[in-house]
Amino acid sequence: MPVLEGKELRIVGFLCNWCSYGGADTAGVGRFTQPTDLRIVRVPCSGRIDPMFIVKALLNGADGVLVSGCHPRDCHYAEGNFYARRRLEVLKRFLPFIGIEPGRFEYTWVSASEGQRWQQVVTGFTEQIHKLGPAPKIEGADAEATLKLLEAAL
Amino acid sequence: MKNLEELKSAIKKALPDLDLVMGWTDSYDPLHATPHFMRSDEDIDKLRVDALSVNNLATYLPSLKGKKVGIIVKGCDSRSVVELLQENLINRDEVKIFGFGCEGVVDQTKIRRAAGDVRNVESCEISGSEVTLKTGGSEHKLALKDVLADKCLTCRYPNAVLSDEFIGPELEAKAEFSEGYTDIEEFEKLSTNEKFTFWLGEMDRCIRCYACRNACPMCVCRDHCVAQSREPHWLTQEDHVREKLMFQIVHAYHLAGRCTECGECQRACPVDIPILMLKKKLNKEIKAVFDYEAGVDSEATPPLLTFKGEEQKIKEKDW
Ligand code: SF4
Ligand code: SF4
Ligand code: SF4
Repeated sequence: MPVLEGKELRIVGFLCNWCSYGGADTAGVGRFTQPTDLRIVRVPCSGRIDPMFIVKALLNGADGVLVSGCHPRDCHYAEGNFYARRRLEVLKRFLPFIGIEPGRFEYTWVSASEGQRWQQVVTGFTEQIHKLGPAPKIEGADAEATLKLLEAAL
Repeated sequence: MKNLEELKSAIKKALPDLDLVMGWTDSYDPLHATPHFMRSDEDIDKLRVDALSVNNLATYLPSLKGKKVGIIVKGCDSRSVVELLQENLINRDEVKIFGFGCEGVVDQTKIRRAAGDVRNVESCEISGSEVTLKTGGSEHKLALKDVLADKCLTCRYPNAVLSDEFIGPELEAKAEFSEGYTDIEEFEKLSTNEKFTFWLGEMDRCIRCYACRNACPMCVCRDHCVAQSREPHWLTQEDHVREKLMFQIVHAYHLAGRCTECGECQRACPVDIPILMLKKKLNKEIKAVFDYEAGVDSEATPPLLTFKGEEQKIKEKDW
């Protein structure tokens, strides 16, 4: 691990069980090389992805978030990704307003057979995040100042 | 309101078939009106409707489900009622709506900034174009347009969009959709970093009182709000700007495609955080992608509660 220290960024991927997770698996079985920054969270359906998962990840230290589901009209549950598409599109337009760079979040569709496409997506997204660099962190309260206050009060 | 007597007699006529009618009345000082629950003719005599009648009474409707309730609505309030109907949070046959053409309400923050100390207001007169305050021995004359709520300056729906009884003349809308969003466009011009810094600074001041949530007519989860639930545990009780920003984004996002921009959230905020901006941004995008405005058509389905196989304005496979 120390070899990669400082080189990897923290990228969270929410992948649906039926297509994109399968696609990532296909890429693995096919031994396509991929960057290793992405940490995958497997969800039953892209429709299960609450936009707040993405916000929470971004506010809590992720440098990028990638969502990938089945192509529209290919959803295992028939319509989950149709709802997801609306929610994710609105979120994508909203995030820059609170000061999160537009490129830190992308959503896409990859099917289980598209190992090659998965490789492109994950490589492209990782490159994009590396270009942006680490996300600005939200600092907590100044610990020293708090201690001083406490001392003064006690 | 010019047709107040007409409104009062309409309510008196309707009251026997209703459990109560909601309006506004005098409050603890001459600068405020307060929500008023009318159950008798004497109550109705105390009704006041003017630029101080700011509360959006639609907020109380979901909790009164099952009762027969009358409600007086301004244009913006009426949109909240419509949105509640759209989402089946209230029943149409249990609500009797008294609408009118609204000329605007004041923003107490603007008054406070203009007049300074308003803790002991002795009197407050509102004429067509002027607010006259007597406080601490001195008199302030403020132009009404300078102290109107921002939402009123670009009001698109001054008349109740849905009502059983409409009292008085209809008014003309003051603006088009786009004119209501110039503040949002200005803010968008800032750099990403500036925006981030701005929100962190604002959120740092938040005291997590949840007044913004409780004032919102569309925030109906209330006692099982994700902000306080332990399962799932979305937010800790930590007094950290991250948690506060997260809460405000939850609030805004749960209102996406539903917020009617009544402004109650921001008005209720004791520390004047401009949280309405977050909701307006979402509304602007909802309009751009789905050509949709909340609370206008009681038969419509909010855009995030439905979908289309082919979305006209969403580019597929961008990534
Ligand atoms: S936004 Fe329009 S309807 Fe609402 S209070 Fe202002 S003027 Fe009245
Ligand atoms: S979010 Fe604010 S402006 Fe929107 S409906 Fe709720 S209280 Fe009104
Ligand atoms: S009303 Fe203001 S201070 Fe209270 S929780 Fe909402 S934003 Fe924070």
